[in-house]
Amino acid sequence: MLIFRILKNLGGYSLFMTQVFRKPEKFRVFLKLFFREVDDLGMSSVGIVSFFSFFIGAVVSLQMAYNMGDNPFIPLSYIALATRESIILEFAPTMISIVLAGKVGSYIASSIGTMKVTEQVDALEVMGVNSISYLVAPKIAAAMMFFPILIVMSMFLGILGGWVASVGSGVCTSSDYILGLQSYFKPFYVIYALIKTEFFAFAIATIPSFYGYKVSGGALEVGRSSTLAVVWTSITIILLNYILTQLLLV
Amino acid sequence: MVKVEKIHKSFGNNEVLKGIDTEFHKGKTNLIIGQSGSGKTVFLKCLVGLHTPDSGEIFFGDKKYSNFNIKEERQLRMDIGMVFQGSALYDSMTVEENVMFPLSMFTEQTKEEMLVRVNEVLSRVNLDNANDKFPSELSGGMQKRVAIARAIVMKPKYLFCDEPNSGLDPNTAIVIDNLLQEITVEYDITTIINTHDMNSVMEIGDNIIFIKEGFKEWEGSKDEMFTTDNPAILEFVYSSELFKKVRETYNN
Ligand SMILES: Nc1ncnc2c1ncn2[C@@H]1O[C@H](COP(=O)(O)OP(=O)(O)OP(=O)(O)O)[C@@H](O)[C@H]1O
Ligand SMILES: [Mg+2]
Repeated sequence: MLIFRILKNLGGYSLFMTQVFRKPEKFRVFLKLFFREVDDLGMSSVGIVSFFSFFIGAVVSLQMAYNMGDNPFIPLSYIALATRESIILEFAPTMISIVLAGKVGSYIASSIGTMKVTEQVDALEVMGVNSISYLVAPKIAAAMMFFPILIVMSMFLGILGGWVASVGSGVCTSSDYILGLQSYFKPFYVIYALIKTEFFAFAIATIPSFYGYKVSGGALEVGRSSTLAVVWTSITIILLNYILTQLLLV
Repeated sequence: MVKVEKIHKSFGNNEVLKGIDTEFHKGKTNLIIGQSGSGKTVFLKCLVGLHTPDSGEIFFGDKKYSNFNIKEERQLRMDIGMVFQGSALYDSMTVEENVMFPLSMFTEQTKEEMLVRVNEVLSRVNLDNANDKFPSELSGGMQKRVAIARAIVMKPKYLFCDEPNSGLDPNTAIVIDNLLQEITVEYDITTIINTHDMNSVMEIGDNIIFIKEGFKEWEGSKDEMFTTDNPAILEFVYSSELFKKVRETYNN
């Protein structure tokens, strides 16, 4: 039964999370791991996030122009406004987090899963290292610190992409676009997006870690659990997105 | 000294260990032998605390493991060195970082002090120029030696090795076996080695425990192994043609 499996995994996940915050390592050790994770999880994603954001921003602005362009009652500056809103509210925080769930999530699940099957996790435990806290806590910290930076970057690049595409293809002028960007701006939308991002970052760091930890067996199981990790992280992000939007915007 | 009393361990319906009693001696290489799947790894993992036995007691020195408080447990962790069946080196770290890892986690030594100790144990296992290599760049035998170096870097009192020479050619296997025996005598530690390699038994079997179907079937030294009439032992060791010949010559 799917529902029992979900409940069982939720229970396992909760127990797992209590281990993360027990018996932390020396701060010096933590800091070193933290910077390595910032590199592995964050910096390495800058390229793909930039690429996605720029082109999706471009497409969104062209679609807006297509929808509004023929209507003489809608000012052209609204192309920019609508692009800005969809990127800040939804595209940057949610879609980019889904992309990160795929890229970072599979990396986390397979790297921890491999450590599990090659007994590297056991080697940590035998030495007296709390392996869960050692492996997962720096990932949580790095994701929660760095993903908001990625998301803000994505917002800028998405809006920039929209400008390049709409001005470049002549659907509106640069001053229309800039006027649109400046109108009716609600700073809370950015805060809302960043709050969502923090929740998503936590999910992306912890759910794949949990799946990585559950691996026993060999390479096949590592692959399987990495797929499951991405699927369940994405589902969690979509559900969290709905819940948080209800709570924050309604 | 490590002593176990009536260790039981099951996974679901699969009862792997059915009450093992035995004692491992200090300054000796204690070998656990048995067929593949007989539960050697499970037994070793129970001893080091990676599996919790369903019942039974383990003694380190004369203290019951189940009575250890947090401080004693932490000390015990530093007193235990373990070499895993697949070496279990951290593949994101170089050889030097692997060996230094326990020192950096559990001591307050400076980088220079740690490096001195690391180089000392690396040269002890005859690996002098591999500090900056990653585990994936090493051969299986070299990986095993790094794993041994990492296991002894904290000067443990107890050294556990899970098939330290499986997958190695006979020459390298003997080098590793002798290394383990030398370390055992030199540091006067309790060494416990899982193996199904009869060569190892003949090389370094100070004290041998034979596990079969979850029980300790037989115990003795390698010399006693040449003369015993225990049918299970005969069946196990006579599967090796070489050992059969050796035993026959020995007894004549
Ligand atoms: N984590 C586990 N969960 C369930 N069953 C296990 C687990 N670990 C081991 N077993 C079972 O315990 C039995 C003994 O396995 P073990 O790995 O100890 O054998 P072994 O003597 O070390 O064999 P080998 O010489 O091949 O390493 C096997 O039947 C195995 O299926
Ligand atoms: Mg084994």
